[in-house]
Amino acid sequence: MKRRSNLLTIGMLALLVYFLLPLFWLVVASTKSTGDLFSSFGLWFTADFHLFQNIGQVFTYGDGVYGRWLLNTLFYSVVSAGGAAFLCALGGYGFAKFRFRGNSTLFGVVLAAVMVPTTALAIPTYLLFSKIDLVNTPWAIILPSLVSPFGLYLMRIYAQDAIDDSMIEAGRIDGASEMGIFFKIVLRSLAPGIVTVLLFTLVATWNNYFLPLIMLNDPELYPITVGLAAWSSQTAGGGGSTGDLLALVVTGSMLSIVPLIAAFLLLQRYWQSGLSAGGVKG
Amino acid sequence: MKKGYLFILPFMIVFVAMLVVPLVYAAYLSLFREQLIGGTVFAGLDNYTRALTDDRLIGGVLRVVRFFLLQVPIMLLISLVAALAIDSGLLRFAKVFRLGIFVPYAVPAVVATLMWGYLYGPDFGPFAQLAGSLGLPAPGFLTDGGMLGSMANIVTWEFVGYNMIILYAALRGVPGELYEAAAVDGAGSWRIAWSIKIPALRPALLLCLIFSVIGSFQLFAEPQLLQRLAPSVIDSAYTPNLYAYTLAFTGQEVNYAAAVSFLLGLVIVIASSLVLLATRRRPA
Repeated sequence: MKRRSNLLTIGMLALLVYFLLPLFWLVVASTKSTGDLFSSFGLWFTADFHLFQNIGQVFTYGDGVYGRWLLNTLFYSVVSAGGAAFLCALGGYGFAKFRFRGNSTLFGVVLAAVMVPTTALAIPTYLLFSKIDLVNTPWAIILPSLVSPFGLYLMRIYAQDAIDDSMIEAGRIDGASEMGIFFKIVLRSLAPGIVTVLLFTLVATWNNYFLPLIMLNDPELYPITVGLAAWSSQTAGGGGSTGDLLALVVTGSMLSIVPLIAAFLLLQRYWQSGLSAGGVKG
Repeated sequence: MKKGYLFILPFMIVFVAMLVVPLVYAAYLSLFREQLIGGTVFAGLDNYTRALTDDRLIGGVLRVVRFFLLQVPIMLLISLVAALAIDSGLLRFAKVFRLGIFVPYAVPAVVATLMWGYLYGPDFGPFAQLAGSLGLPAPGFLTDGGMLGSMANIVTWEFVGYNMIILYAALRGVPGELYEAAAVDGAGSWRIAWSIKIPALRPALLLCLIFSVIGSFQLFAEPQLLQRLAPSVIDSAYTPNLYAYTLAFTGQEVNYAAAVSFLLGLVIVIASSLVLLATRRRPA
């Protein structure tokens, strides 16, 4: 049994405060009316607990467009993440367990693409999509989000270790088709790796701002990030009638981060074991 | 095994359609120029010569290089220290620390920037409030001199947890026998961290570094949103990506924007490759 170090714990506690205090501020701020935001101390509550009025306003302002944004975000990120994770699982298994001509070359090309920045692709993709009438549709967000070179890399490493060749052989001897083997035997063993890729693609799409900002101009299609940025730009315009929007931006921001934090906490067992496979081999 | 193609085909189709084709298309577009008279004409490498002598673009690239040199070492150092501390077994409530530090990763850059923007703000930001109650002037987070540091703080806040988790996962993969052998030899926690753990983290650190290069050069959401709070500090070419966006959507200079995007991608690939080359382990 090792000795615990109080000094180290205190040092880390300071670090933890740095990471959590802004979020605490956000939670406190979302319980305040716009007036109290300006007049009271930011890091503590006021007597006037305004959270539920704020939440009510967030969901009713502009014909309830915020709820629409939340649903859009959920839809874009779940479909993108599910699709990307599935493509990566299929491809990673293919690269890991089959020897075919060009295997290492193709994999090398994909690996090199990890370095290609997604935002450098966004403007050309927008120009392409505007030629084929895909801009301002959900596809404009989902299709580019389906490619995850890093996800493929992670799944290949994971499949290499997690799938026993004898399992595949046994399936073949039983006369199962290759796809049958994948769906009935392999997929289950890949689960932690798939959850890892799923979660990280989910975050990438959920948090994406640049792509939807350029692809969409219909507020009904906005994800939460573009919507909140639009609200905040209205508050920046000046006080007066838009002053009330400030409380909405703050409360809307607070609400928007709850689902992802919850997903990470609930699924931590899976993504942590999935990541360690990728981390070791680096 | 030809069947392997079946498995990689779906990924490769999407890969080509969404990554290779846009890249090639950007390269193609960048060779043309729009004119008021005569429409779009072939321009050869004119857009590139223009980009390489464009002070606004070069200013933006140098700014993100400065940002990178300022922010990434701090971020990776905090991530490394946190990962080592959590892995050391010397910490009480290690799990609370691990999850607590990771949480900001789940916060979108937009929300993080809006939030820090309010915190920095001179109106109701707690820093300004504290300074005010002490009779001091509000700290200049959003001024010309403070902005790059303020932005570095936001990005650090967002990504320490992510890097820490990658490093921590790599540490868990170090065989326990190594520690036991070192402990038998009388090595303490510090010595083990320095002589065994940090060398073992080399590949994972490299991965974090590459991702940081890519992230820094792509900086967009943070400057774009902070621009509203400090329009006189952040202009439309503050980062190369913001510049490309402005060119394409405000200036309607699509072809030049494509050239800038393509160059930006090239700069990032070169910078990442340089990092890889510089840190490559030389054969003993």
